[in-house]
Amino acid sequence: MAQVSVTVNGKTHTANVEPRLLLVHFLREQLNLTGTHIGCDTSQCGACTVLVDGRSAKSCTIFAVQADGSEITTIEGLARDGRLHPLQEGFWEEHGLQCGYCTPGMIMSAVDLLNEHPSPTEREIRDGIDGNFCRCTGYEHIVNAIQYAANKR
Amino acid sequence: MAASLVLPKLVGQRIKRREDPRLIQGRATYVDDIKVVGMQHLAFVRSDIAHGRILSIDTSAADAMDGVEAVFTGAQIAELLAPMPILTPFPSPDHRAVAVDIVRYVGEPVAVVVTADRYVARDAADAIVVDYEQLPAVVDPEQAMTGTPVVIHADFADNLALPFLPGGTGVAADFTVDDTVVDQAFADAEVVVSQRMVNQRLAPTPIETRGVLAHFEPGKGTMTIWSSTQNPHTLRTFIATMTGLGQDQVRAIAPEVGGAFGAKINIYPEEYVAAALSKRLGLPIKWIEDRSEAFVATTHGRDIIGYVDIAARRDGTVVGLKLRLIADIGAYNMLLTAAIPTLTMQMASATYDIPAIRATLTEVFTNKTPTAAYRGAGRPEATYFVERAMDMLARELEMDPADLRRKNFITPDQFPYTTQMGAVYDSGDYGKALDLALQNAGWADLKKQRDAARAKGRLVGLGLSMYVEVCGVGPSSSFPSGGWEYAQVTIERDGRISATTGASPHGQGNETTFAQMLADQFGVPLEHITIHHGDTGVVKQGIGTFGSRSQAVGGTALHLAGGKVKVKMAKFAAALIEAHEDDLVFEDGMISVKGSPESGKSFADVAKYAYVPVPLPKGLDPGLSEEAFFEPANNTYPFGCHISMLEIDRETGEPTLLRLVAVDDAGHLINPLIVDGQIHGGLAQGIGQAMIEEFRYSEDGQPVTGSFMDYAIPRAADFPRFELDNTVTPTPVNPLGAKGVGEAGTLGSTPCVVAAAVDALSEFGVKHIDMMLRPEKLWRIIHGGQP
Amino acid sequence: MIPTAFDYQRATSLDDALAKLSASNGAGKLIAGGHSLVPLMKLRLSEPTMLIDIARIPDLAGIREQDGTLEIGAGTVHHDVATSPVLRQHCPVVADTAATIGDPQVRNRGTLGGSLAHADPAADYPAVMLALDAEIHLRSSTAARVVLARDFFQNVLTVDLAPDEIITAVRFAPVRAASYAKLYQRASRFAIVGVAAALDVSDGVIRSARIGLTGAVSHAVRLTTVEAALAGCEPTSRACAEAARLAGSDLEDINGDIHASETYRRAMIPVFTRRALDGALARLTVQS
Repeated sequence: MAQVSVTVNGKTHTANVEPRLLLVHFLREQLNLTGTHIGCDTSQCGACTVLVDGRSAKSCTIFAVQADGSEITTIEGLARDGRLHPLQEGFWEEHGLQCGYCTPGMIMSAVDLLNEHPSPTEREIRDGIDGNFCRCTGYEHIVNAIQYAANKR
Repeated sequence: MAASLVLPKLVGQRIKRREDPRLIQGRATYVDDIKVVGMQHLAFVRSDIAHGRILSIDTSAADAMDGVEAVFTGAQIAELLAPMPILTPFPSPDHRAVAVDIVRYVGEPVAVVVTADRYVARDAADAIVVDYEQLPAVVDPEQAMTGTPVVIHADFADNLALPFLPGGTGVAADFTVDDTVVDQAFADAEVVVSQRMVNQRLAPTPIETRGVLAHFEPGKGTMTIWSSTQNPHTLRTFIATMTGLGQDQVRAIAPEVGGAFGAKINIYPEEYVAAALSKRLGLPIKWIEDRSEAFVATTHGRDIIGYVDIAARRDGTVVGLKLRLIADIGAYNMLLTAAIPTLTMQMASATYDIPAIRATLTEVFTNKTPTAAYRGAGRPEATYFVERAMDMLARELEMDPADLRRKNFITPDQFPYTTQMGAVYDSGDYGKALDLALQNAGWADLKKQRDAARAKGRLVGLGLSMYVEVCGVGPSSSFPSGGWEYAQVTIERDGRISATTGASPHGQGNETTFAQMLADQFGVPLEHITIHHGDTGVVKQGIGTFGSRSQAVGGTALHLAGGKVKVKMAKFAAALIEAHEDDLVFEDGMISVKGSPESGKSFADVAKYAYVPVPLPKGLDPGLSEEAFFEPANNTYPFGCHISMLEIDRETGEPTLLRLVAVDDAGHLINPLIVDGQIHGGLAQGIGQAMIEEFRYSEDGQPVTGSFMDYAIPRAADFPRFELDNTVTPTPVNPLGAKGVGEAGTLGSTPCVVAAAVDALSEFGVKHIDMMLRPEKLWRIIHGGQP
Repeated sequence: MIPTAFDYQRATSLDDALAKLSASNGAGKLIAGGHSLVPLMKLRLSEPTMLIDIARIPDLAGIREQDGTLEIGAGTVHHDVATSPVLRQHCPVVADTAATIGDPQVRNRGTLGGSLAHADPAADYPAVMLALDAEIHLRSSTAARVVLARDFFQNVLTVDLAPDEIITAVRFAPVRAASYAKLYQRASRFAIVGVAAALDVSDGVIRSARIGLTGAVSHAVRLTTVEAALAGCEPTSRACAEAARLAGSDLEDINGDIHASETYRRAMIPVFTRRALDGALARLTVQS
């Protein structure tokens, strides 16, 4: 077992974990932050995307022990004081989701994208969510949602 | 005094979804988010060979592992579970949830472990050693039909999954009205175009894999089963049957479901095993599918070969069609496997008035994952075969593909139109959809653009496809577990509305669209309505969400239940207002005499009165809750026209989709924003099939696209902006005039993209290209070969 | 999917990492970003019993310029390479190449050193390292050595790296007139064929050309025939196209898989060689 201490959505958690415990399982099973999802085994689909020290990362491809000492933001930590994040608002306004399963990861990737490109072109948006699969929407409304958030900021 | 609000009419409006707040904040509950005290995890050992005899299973290492609750082999599971049930009325081979003697595809369950810890479950499953005698495998259905090198199920000669018809060679079903008519049509034809086409195997890949949590409570003798499913009521039925419980003793819940696309209609071995073991062990048992498992253990879609012959006169009049279908259904019949390809036959007439059609279907077992519904389920295949053939005919006749189609359309005055296949198309105006698509695409100008690009050496092509779909599944003669849907509408005593629906949405937005309908029906705010679904403990009856039926069938049931309760509520209001019930209107939160709103009572006051009815109006019982079953007299037949422009890189063969123009007609629309989303999603999957998706096996039956490293699904950068529009041709089949839109996008897009690729490469003399449009395939055509 | 169990140690310094690696007697497997390793572990295709985490070692990451030479720390993530102003200015081909790897999340975690050590036959970085004639700097607990990229990549997933060694950095002389062209495998985003080309041009003549190829054979290789054909030519598109035709003609054992047969891959080598050369030429024009 190994000790892990991470700050998740502003709150520090310390736990003894098996080294092989994936960060996504640590978040979901131990912290009960089930908004972060799992969609594949091979680091492609992006459903598990969270921010690790401010940058988007696939939490199914990181062991919890690797994240020791990191600041992590999950979808649950995005809204502040009961107010939706502009991206959450955008996804709602623009019908950027259907089944919603990819949505938390998609939104977390978009947070990183807008941090890097505050006024992204459509091309930059589509490339910026290259690591996130959505099987429902055909992506167009997701692009609109991110544009909405960019315009709002 | 009631607040004087004016409520806008909501049906037809682009309302943002009521489902979204929980989903965008990570606060929705999918099956893997549910924990029950004492919960155990299930893991499967699966066959890693395509065909073999199980010689031995050594579970000793797993048995000895810390934290392992139980290990079961197929033989032990067979003592707990009867053979897998199916819904189709055809003979079917013995299929066990966990293989007993013989494995027939890679991914077939062989043994299971139950442990308290998910990680240990995997370790234990990996510690089980299975020894096989390898048998020959067959993966090509046309090879399998020869019965060599192997017969997969002893009772099914030549691997034919459907019974012989007299005189046929494995032909299972034959809709031909009169063979001589077809033969005569072809004999008289001035031109015949023939082509073998492959509608390739696909992996549905909802981003949430399957998962189940079964919780049998020994003290109560009841089972609660949560599953990522499209049809909790069907799940309840089969779980009850398979575990020896009554339907009243099983509660099935579809929590939030992360996409399904037809692949979660089936009731799977893992669901039965979880339920049976929960009952046997008295413990809650969860199983969550890995993506690697999903690629082999969740049903695949499509995989139909079509031999198409189309006969016409030189002026473009189609006089006959032959469609010989060979469907590769994989190793076993699942719940609906055998039924899906029959829809391809049923829709052979497409949008055309074809006087003579012969369609035949052979279903074949192979050593592959079973197939079943995948978005469109049989209809995209029909559309593809017929539209590709129409395109080839247009090229042969040197006609504009739009003109050829128009010449052969079933015309508006012919509806209801009975096709040679026996389908009764409800309503349609195909010319209108075609015209609008041509106009939106700027067809004439687009052809000039294409020609100008070609003059510069670019390989640019245009494709056009019509489609007509059979959906809104019902009546019961068209679906084996019932072709109706159920709803209940309750006006609560505070004036809010609870409604339940047997439709089980998983992304389709029915919590919003159904609330829009009720808000208008009762003149109350949307916020006062809650739609409950997906829980057989709450929704008394239901069929489920598939076949683009939620709105047309489920929506109508809701509308009818709402109508019933409205009639009763009007009686209470009439008593309270002292007016005649027929004179009342429900508007803006009030029930009042038409034309004199000041006379009215608030909706909430009337509701309250109905639950404490002093005095009780004569002839009325207290309460406001009504239910309705709706069984449509017919399916619905939405249609449309899709146009695409595509460019192929001359050097590499890489195709790029430049434009996709879609005109769809689903009848009346409840929420055009949601409809756009449905169309977008369908287009993405249809284009995905045309361009980048193909599930492939090696010759010995090993999947070679068993992960997202090798099986591509579309990403955001793969698409241009879609150009959508619609026409509205209501259906007479239901009072809403709504036809269904969930699958439509997958129908026209696939053939129109392939047509554009063929057009782009026309200078090389190519007439047809089988999907997917793999760059190498296109490159080979460009560089002098065949694909 | 769940990996098998392992022990985990985090190294606090390079010396600490080397000591741990040495003490593990060959059992220790280094992990930095883990984006090559973790997926393999989850599929149980790799089952190391000990991971030594080198992601937090100070100074292992970073991009430095020194005396006209560029150095990229092995722990630098792809994203930082792709967006580095120094690289964008002096040697944009490296940044361009990094930007084609995986997807944004992968680029946020995956490291240069990890990619080079793993040496997937279809990885992008090896091609550009060859084109830049980069030095790969290695350290063990007892010695430091430098291997040239052209000697480093040896076979499928095989490089000149001893079990007790760590890649610390790559170093190369920046080349502005260089470019990377890649045919993507649609599912994985790896290269079916990837070609990096770097040109040294003076007085209107190509003095030398270096071309690295990935994806086509067991490991990344230099296209020396094309390089020889270009030497002494005028830096024109025509000359490049002419020389590119030779690309791959002398290669044996070209990879073939479901995504691209041997024939197709072979045919794509000249195409992407020419595209890479054209990209390099375009930078030459901008430069002058």
